[in-house]
Amino acid sequence: MEDLLKVRGLKTYFYTYEGVVKALEGINLDIYKGESLGLVGETGCGKSVTALSIMRLIQWPPGKIIDGEIHFNGKDLLKISEEEMRKIRGAEISMIFQEPMSSLNPVFTIGSQIMEAITLHQNVNKKEAEEKAIEMLNLVRMPDPEKVMNQYPHELSGGMQQRAMIAMALSCRPSLLIADEPTTALDVTVQAQILDVIQRVNKELDSSMLLITHDLGVVAQICDRVAVMYAGYIVEIGTVKQIFKNPQHPYTKGLMNAIPKIHVKTKRLEVIRGVVPNLITPPSGCRFHPRCDHAMDVCKKKVPPVTKVEEGHYVACFLHGGAK
Amino acid sequence: MSKYIIEAENVKKYFPIKGGVFSKVVGYVKAVDDVSLKIEKGTCMALVGESGCGKTTFGRVLLKLIEPDAGKILFEGKDLAKVKGKKLREMRKDMQMVFQDPNSSLDPRFTVKNIIGEPFSNFTNIKGEELVKRILELLNLVGLKKEHLYRYPHEFSGGQRQRIAVARAIALDPKFIVLDEPTSALDVSVQAKILNLFQDLQEKFDLSYLFITHDLSVAKHMADNIGVMYVGKLVETSATEPLFEEPLHPYTQALLSAIPVADPEYKVERIILKGDVPSPANPPSGCRFHPRCPKAMEICSKEEPELKKVGDGRLVACHLY
Ligand SMILES: Nc1ncnc2c1ncn2[C@@H]1O[C@H](COP(=O)(O)OP(=O)(O)OP(=O)(O)O)[C@@H](O)[C@H]1O
Ligand SMILES: Nc1ncnc2c1ncn2[C@@H]1O[C@H](COP(=O)(O)OP(=O)(O)O)[C@@H](O)[C@H]1O
Ligand code: SF4
Ligand code: SF4
Ligand SMILES: [Mg+2]
Ligand SMILES: [Mg+2]
Repeated sequence: MEDLLKVRGLKTYFYTYEGVVKALEGINLDIYKGESLGLVGETGCGKSVTALSIMRLIQWPPGKIIDGEIHFNGKDLLKISEEEMRKIRGAEISMIFQEPMSSLNPVFTIGSQIMEAITLHQNVNKKEAEEKAIEMLNLVRMPDPEKVMNQYPHELSGGMQQRAMIAMALSCRPSLLIADEPTTALDVTVQAQILDVIQRVNKELDSSMLLITHDLGVVAQICDRVAVMYAGYIVEIGTVKQIFKNPQHPYTKGLMNAIPKIHVKTKRLEVIRGVVPNLITPPSGCRFHPRCDHAMDVCKKKVPPVTKVEEGHYVACFLHGGAK
Repeated sequence: MSKYIIEAENVKKYFPIKGGVFSKVVGYVKAVDDVSLKIEKGTCMALVGESGCGKTTFGRVLLKLIEPDAGKILFEGKDLAKVKGKKLREMRKDMQMVFQDPNSSLDPRFTVKNIIGEPFSNFTNIKGEELVKRILELLNLVGLKKEHLYRYPHEFSGGQRQRIAVARAIALDPKFIVLDEPTSALDVSVQAKILNLFQDLQEKFDLSYLFITHDLSVAKHMADNIGVMYVGKLVETSATEPLFEEPLHPYTQALLSAIPVADPEYKVERIILKGDVPSPANPPSGCRFHPRCPKAMEICSKEEPELKKVGDGRLVACHLY
């Protein structure tokens, strides 16, 4: 499969008063053309920082990408100028957030905002921009798009705001869409509508997606592959089938067992003991070791190497190699 | 003695909408509109539905935290409207609530000891060493430690804060607890621990729960019975298993089909509803679900369907039945 994005050894730290937050500790991640990759893990494990680092939106101070490469369409995004990056942002890589109002401006109409996003990156006149904007609103199945063009964000429901934000993010037909918890704030029936829209639009535009979510159900239903993050590391990656049917990392297994299942009867949920560590003084070696039932001596001393489980399925745990 | 811990009959709660320069009442948010529901002792009833459909308001009315505008609530067979003074204070000890957001439900200026000790000083004469002993027992019960006693809420994680709220809620040996989205703000790993805790406490103290949630997998895991609300109305009630096997109300069917199941091989025919949840200030005529219902008929926009018995102990409000 062809790579669209190739992240290698990405390290992002935050230099705060309390100390250095080692948020990303050498992330490797590939996103293929046309695929949708899920990124899951508990709160604070580095999902959003990964997304913001790819977009080069980490604010200094206190944050800084201190190492790594991000290859996208033959360029290393960490080597290009801010000017060049700005041309890529919103045009070739777009991002949507949990809170639509963080991307929508309350004082402009939906139409003018989408048209601005279009004219910023494409050489079109006003009429063409308007046509394209309406086309995008249709694409996200916005009810009554012509009317919505003239409405302000606050006049729309949460689900409609989310659709408007997606329409804007996709208006330049980016090849990569990064969605950070896009449906977490929505009701289930509206979530189903939005996920349906994201899936269809992605297919129609043949774009790739990085979907960040804490909802394993959403990943299972929407994504092709999934990466599991823990405390600044990607600890397991594979196809959704590999990860959901044959999880290998103790943390992945713990997450899977912790969710109540709708079609399997479980009397008691299994738990992962302890809590997510603080990333200023993270545990040594495998950062999961204080919570792991299988921890060995080596786990406290060395970072487990990434080992191949089968084609496309990789795990970073000494149970699978490198322990010798 | 009644076999029910709570019986709500035709409960209504309307919030006035004020407008204009004179703050005149220009309408009402019909947050809870004629809801009847019974919860058997020692069981857990889940109340599910989307945001704004009236779940929290109904829970608050049940506990007499707000007064209903119409209807009757019986607690262990006694009419809450008729209980006054000292008797009411006694009864309040038996009914507690745990809220969704542990950050806003715990006073940041108080230590854990003060927070959990508060119900004791409000309702009992327990103090001094005995109080500390009781608080430590409670901390132990919810999986917290002695050294947490003099810490403040901000020093805890979300899951730990929810444990503090639970310890306070069970301090005076209640019989009935309304759990209002108690795990919605938590990671699945933390949620699992809290759900297990609720189950342990229920067994140990023979508690009855009203478990409010919008997460149907959580409802299925926790509840013996389920009530489904839509825009202020109860549209279906059933024992948990049959509801998931065969949802009867079209809204319940859509809700169930919308759950993203954490199994890539599990494929459902997803029912994608049109439009958004309507506002309870201006609910649609007839069946409130009719503008979004894939099975709507002519009668649906004209006549409101009654909640009626369909099959074995199930109640459904829909003209199809
Ligand atoms: N601006 C910042 N300053 C200091 N630390 C930060 C900053 N932004 C993120 N971090 C830290 O980086 C780590 C990863 O945070 P991130 O936001 O990526 O988590 P996440 O996986 O997206 O979590 P959630 O599921 O809660 O969104 C955390 O320890 C967080 O506290
Ligand atoms: N104190 C209040 N004043 C006015 N309206 C309220 C008040 N409390 C709730 N409401 C309204 O009543 C409806 C039901 O709210 P709520 O019971 O909180 O729903 P849920 O818990 O199901 O999300 C909503 O429209 C809400 O805005
Ligand atoms: S490397 Fe060791 S501590 Fe880490 S997950 Fe594997 S067994 Fe557990
Ligand atoms: S009464 Fe009519 S509109 Fe309402 S749920 Fe039943 S079929 Fe649908
Ligand atoms: Mg995040
Ligand atoms: Mg609520």
